[in-house]
Amino acid sequence: MKINVPHVAKLANLTLSDQELKKFESQLQETVDYVEELNEVDTKGVESTSQVTGLENVLREDIAKPSLSQEEALSNAKDTYNGFFKVDAILEDE
Amino acid sequence: MNNLNLKQAKEALKNKKISSYELTKLCLETIEKTDKKLNAFVTVTNELALKSAKNADNSIKNGVELPLLGIPIAIKDNFSAKNVRTTASSKVLDDYISPFDSTVVKKLKDAGAVILGKTNMDAWAHGSSTETSDYGPTRNPWNTNYLPGGSSGGSAASVAANQCIAAIGSETAGSIRQPASWCGVVGLKPTYGRVSRYGVVAMGSSLDSPGPITKTVEDSAQILNVLAGVDEMDATTSPLPVRNYTHELNKSIQGLKIGISDEYFIKGIDKEVEEKVKQAIKKLELLGAKIEKIKLFDPKYAIDVYTIIQRSEVSSNLARYDGIRFGNDRSSFAEEAKRRIMFGTYALSSGYYDQYYNKAQQVRTLIIEDFNKAFKKVDVIIAPTSPSLALPVGATKGESMFGELADVLVEPSSIAGLAGINIPVGFAKNDLPVGMQIIGPQFSESLVLNVANQYEINTQDEKWRNLTPSL
Repeated sequence: MKINVPHVAKLANLTLSDQELKKFESQLQETVDYVEELNEVDTKGVESTSQVTGLENVLREDIAKPSLSQEEALSNAKDTYNGFFKVDAILEDE
Repeated sequence: MNNLNLKQAKEALKNKKISSYELTKLCLETIEKTDKKLNAFVTVTNELALKSAKNADNSIKNGVELPLLGIPIAIKDNFSAKNVRTTASSKVLDDYISPFDSTVVKKLKDAGAVILGKTNMDAWAHGSSTETSDYGPTRNPWNTNYLPGGSSGGSAASVAANQCIAAIGSETAGSIRQPASWCGVVGLKPTYGRVSRYGVVAMGSSLDSPGPITKTVEDSAQILNVLAGVDEMDATTSPLPVRNYTHELNKSIQGLKIGISDEYFIKGIDKEVEEKVKQAIKKLELLGAKIEKIKLFDPKYAIDVYTIIQRSEVSSNLARYDGIRFGNDRSSFAEEAKRRIMFGTYALSSGYYDQYYNKAQQVRTLIIEDFNKAFKKVDVIIAPTSPSLALPVGATKGESMFGELADVLVEPSSIAGLAGINIPVGFAKNDLPVGMQIIGPQFSESLVLNVANQYEINTQDEKWRNLTPSL
């Protein structure tokens, strides 16, 4: 099956050059073909593992504690406004 | 004196043979002198290090006793350290100054350690060479035309080159043990959840395990004593009690059952690696261990499982790097990160989840069950850490799965979350080190360290132990 590389790039929020698109098309195919090997392993009725040491539902009390100050939290942002992160608009004007 | 190991450095500090300030200065001078060749560090924190060394000296004077008081340590650059740059060797985080300490860094500071700086790695820990660092490759101290392995290549090279007394690395599958093997040092990958991941730049969240890279096995145990334990900031840390990992180092291994699997002496393995590891196993047999042949799940399938799980988790973890809250935007990702994000995104995309991620997690269950079965018969499993010696600089070029393929022998135990350690067992004819791994069940760090230490102390007189890199 051919991988739709521009579609995957869009899902991953990556802007790829034409050259990269071409390169990844063949390399992704290579990797997909490689891992197809797993089909040799019979997994009928096998549960999948999501946590290796067997922990389940690790809960704690919801208690507010001191955390980063607003200033610290914003200290690495490229663009801020009135103590907020500034982001590009994602909705167009009606 | 920067060539001291941790135990010796602690004694020298205690007996006033040297001050922490002098020892730290020696390490910084060695970094200054050798790092143009090695490129083991991304950031050296000279002033901070000297300041905390002075504080440590004051504490020592006042009779304070802490496990790492005044000891200069290097930290892999994916561990957040407050007010210090944390890049994970990626230009995306080129100007990122961490506003908080990772739990590992906090524990090291609380134990009195002096942090020298942040070591080079494969960008985002994506690799087994340190060649994919956006800040240039680290070079192997034993021969600078060769790679140190990775992703904790900077930490392993730094320890081997005596730029520090010990270092911290992190392993997703191989990233502590494999560079330790290629650089001839001790690298411990603790059980998943034994050491907190809080504040570590995430790679594969179901696999990532921080751990020490050291000059001796005892040093490794000492540092694990500081790092291990449950952490409310990382819900995947285990509540199981922490052992004193130095207590069982000297236990006899008489009657210990060691499993050896033909599947781990794979086709194409370097002949000298095979020979040295088999000699080391013989040595353990002479010390009273019983060697038993076992059959393990073919590690080739671990490459597939690991590639799928890790790249899927990578694509999810790296989604946060959008340049809004910190760092640069996604155009700063280099090729290896993009390749892994792309595959992971594809594997998790609508319609493919069952075929890839779920299938991989099912085979993961089979690998875990296979190890459980093996550990009913044997106490530990021993194998080569890497099928090859260190490879020359440039070896990863054009290889789209270099990391995953190079780590075939460490991936199964990582996938199962087991404890494992690499120890050096000698040198090949071209003067590059050979490493061997000892794998134990989950939370068997004491046992794994015990076996490693028995090998180490009983081979102290071997000639290769006196070799040091000439830089």
